[in-house]
Amino acid sequence: MKETIRIGCGAGFSGDRLEPAVILVQEGKLDYLVLECLAERTISLAQKRKRQDPTKGYDPLLERRIESLLPDLLANNVRLITNMGAANPLAAAEKICEIARRMNLSVTVAAVTGDDVFDQLTGNEQALETGKPLTDSAPLISANAYLGTDAILPALATSAQIIITGRVADPSLFVAPLAYEFGWSLDDVNQIGQGTVIGHLLECAGQLTGGYFADPDKKDLPDMAHLGHPFADISADGTAVFGKVAGTGGLLSVATAKEQLLYEVMDPSRYITPDVIADFTQVHLTQTAPNQVRATGGRGQVRPDTLKVSVGYEAGYIGEGELSYAGSNALGRAKLAGAIIQNRLQDRFPDLRIDYIGSVSVHRKTFGTYPDPYEIRLRVAGRAKTAEQAALVGEEVEALYTNGPAGGGGARKYIHEVVGIVSTLIPRTKLTPQFILRHA
Amino acid sequence: MKIKLYKLAHSRAGDKGNTLTLSLIPYNDEDYALLCTQVTAESVKNHLRDIVSGEVTRYEMPNLPALQFVCQQALTGGVTTSLTMDPHGKTLSYALLEMEIES
Repeated sequence: MKETIRIGCGAGFSGDRLEPAVILVQEGKLDYLVLECLAERTISLAQKRKRQDPTKGYDPLLERRIESLLPDLLANNVRLITNMGAANPLAAAEKICEIARRMNLSVTVAAVTGDDVFDQLTGNEQALETGKPLTDSAPLISANAYLGTDAILPALATSAQIIITGRVADPSLFVAPLAYEFGWSLDDVNQIGQGTVIGHLLECAGQLTGGYFADPDKKDLPDMAHLGHPFADISADGTAVFGKVAGTGGLLSVATAKEQLLYEVMDPSRYITPDVIADFTQVHLTQTAPNQVRATGGRGQVRPDTLKVSVGYEAGYIGEGELSYAGSNALGRAKLAGAIIQNRLQDRFPDLRIDYIGSVSVHRKTFGTYPDPYEIRLRVAGRAKTAEQAALVGEEVEALYTNGPAGGGGARKYIHEVVGIVSTLIPRTKLTPQFILRHA
Repeated sequence: MKIKLYKLAHSRAGDKGNTLTLSLIPYNDEDYALLCTQVTAESVKNHLRDIVSGEVTRYEMPNLPALQFVCQQALTGGVTTSLTMDPHGKTLSYALLEMEIES
């Protein structure tokens, strides 16, 4: 058994950069590469693509990521674990084999399935967010349970160089190879709790190495254009030392690690995954060298008997329109335009939202007093049942060209189909995760 | 003297459904006590009253040190159905940092 296992994370979301993972595989001396590419909403969108075409429904960037990584993964004996299977892990495995054949490479891929529980729901289950039955959010389009380490371990015991999953709890993508390599018992709650801390720190990739951290003159960091993604050297006792490839940009510090440790965490003493209820309150982070941070102290309590399920439903459409005003009284003219739109659309769009980008939009109010900026972009959004109705928002904004205040320009209009998400719980005994091997 | 949290601390926002999480991490560990005293769940709820309609809970993390605020009903319905420009609420870390405290 190796003394330490090195796991890198080369993607923290579906749209992440491609090249940091390539650099990790080429120069990072990894044992495992993880690509975390599945957000709450992404899987429902993938389910829609699968419904339109049963051979699709995996991550849209899967082909490009695999093409860029496969030769080096195989040459350097790095195993890849990824949830890029999204709504269709088996089709993803077959696509990877197709890519390998095209590149004249030989590969074994394990697809982990069993997270799709759509057929097991009655619709009467309670939505955690509202306390109401799921069918209140009808029509439902997808239901995917968060699988854990126990679903990935059997696939790791095969010769597969790539393990591709659908919905799996993000930290489990990292806990699984650790439990496999070090023989950790899934009942050892403190060990699995520390593994979960490691996974949670790595799962957003660049967010550990200075991505989403910089604030000029306050939080400066070098060469963000070539941000390196992180890896961790983990010992059998769970001690983890995080680092990044020399020469890559960004910064790995106690401060960047603190922001990531708390990212999207509710109660830090009870971070619930399918593997454990992890406790972050005893975690210690220490800078051990430049761009090197050690993490210890993760603990845990026994895992829950239920698994969280993300349920997607059809939520209609959102229509948007935008238009810019610049120069003297730009905000005044934009507000007049907003008032005109309000007057014309409020009866048909009760939730109409009007933002003045550059003045008040993302925070929904201002904190304190700020001078008016040189230019303002009016942005209007409304929810609709049909695409046709949603289109009215953009049409009304565009019509301001000849019917609105002076000097508006650069109209844009958009229509989005909306997939809503609610959560529910399912007893873990109802799930039967499996893996399927494919070879090329 | 009044001072903006922006001077003393940094923050990252996260989202879970309609719930917003905000870390608050002092640049200097010595300022943690000051943040604990002045940046309470109540003061944050009051500061963000136009954004957060639900409860605000504060978690203390003396081991880091850092504070974590969990704000319910803060994301106008959540990431997919919200009409806001920033449905994740990712910019809201800087709304927290606009808060002023006595230093």
